[in-house]
Amino acid sequence: MGEATAMLRVKVWRGNAEGGAMADYAVPARANQTVLDVVTHIQREVDPTLAYRFACRVGMCGSCAMVVNGRPRWTCRTHVSRVAQDGALELRPLSNLPVIRDLATDMAPFFDKWAKARGTFQPKDAPDGSVPDDFAVVPPATKQRQQADAGIECIGCGVCYSGCDIVAWNPDYLGPAALNRAWTLVNDVRDGARKDRLAAVAGDAGCHACHSTQSCTAHCPKGIDPSGAIAGLKRSLFWPGFKGGVR
Amino acid sequence: MNGVQLWAVQRATAMVLALAVVVHLVTILVAVRGGLSAAEIIGRTRGNWAWLGFYSVFALAAGLHGAIGLRAIAAEWAGWRGRGYDLAWIGIALLTAAFGIRAAWGLYSA
Ligand code: SF4
Ligand code: SF4
Ligand code: FES
Repeated sequence: MGEATAMLRVKVWRGNAEGGAMADYAVPARANQTVLDVVTHIQREVDPTLAYRFACRVGMCGSCAMVVNGRPRWTCRTHVSRVAQDGALELRPLSNLPVIRDLATDMAPFFDKWAKARGTFQPKDAPDGSVPDDFAVVPPATKQRQQADAGIECIGCGVCYSGCDIVAWNPDYLGPAALNRAWTLVNDVRDGARKDRLAAVAGDAGCHACHSTQSCTAHCPKGIDPSGAIAGLKRSLFWPGFKGGVR
Repeated sequence: MNGVQLWAVQRATAMVLALAVVVHLVTILVAVRGGLSAAEIIGRTRGNWAWLGFYSVFALAAGLHGAIGLRAIAAEWAGWRGRGYDLAWIGIALLTAAFGIRAAWGLYSA
């Protein structure tokens, strides 16, 4: 030891729904440190009033997302060495969501839109919610299965939602994650609500508002392609949409 | 028309425009070889049904495509949303198309 420890210069947005400002912190730099480690250090060692959210710390729960140096990311799996610019970090709460306090946003509007996009599985064989008699066999090689698999690993972190300009411009827009979820269910051969779901995701607040800019795809930490899923929804709606079968 | 139908119309007109613009440019390149005079143009367009038909479809596609695109921009940037605005945009689409078709008609009947 003996040598002075290298320090990270960390700016953190502090405030609430009424507004806020950036605050400066110095945090010791460590090897293999994640952005979440930095936030935790501030909260444990410097200012216990700092509000933020995490649970699993291994990239499964989707609760630790923040805007890091201008880009939405999952902080528990983001190494400081990859994102710090000259030893500086700037942390803000996710965009496009109401702030509760500091780095914690209210995710309710995000998940309300999943419900609006009919993001719940509705078994074809058991509409009343009973357990079907047998296991459904969905061959892994089928196209529909592969399209469903491509989007199924979403952890609901809100990173894509925070990075989408259309959500910012059109507050009713369902957003990439909810539409990606809808697309996995549209491709799920066991699901019985295809028609209602397509109707729910059509129109100016649904998939047709998307400009295919692909920033959702670029930001998604799970490597999911919501932009491609939305294009799939648009294709599925082309003819039914023409005929006025959906609103 | 609702948002989904307007979107479908915009997609369909995009395909028409992709083809029409190519035909249009090739026609110009071929037509101007060796100079071009007003009399020469009118000589080709007067009474030419195929020509009138092509440019009427072109003008209609361009009018619809442009106005539906502007509708999306106005909704996002100015918050102009709703039935009233939609009807206004369809009006603007048809008006723009009418100007184009009127011009084509002028050369057809010259
Ligand atoms: S592709 Fe669509 S959903 Fe994804 S960021 Fe762009 S506009 Fe948003
Ligand atoms: S699609 Fe990706 S970025 Fe969006 S919520 Fe799911 S995991 Fe997060
Ligand atoms: S804390 Fe669970 S994904 Fe980051």
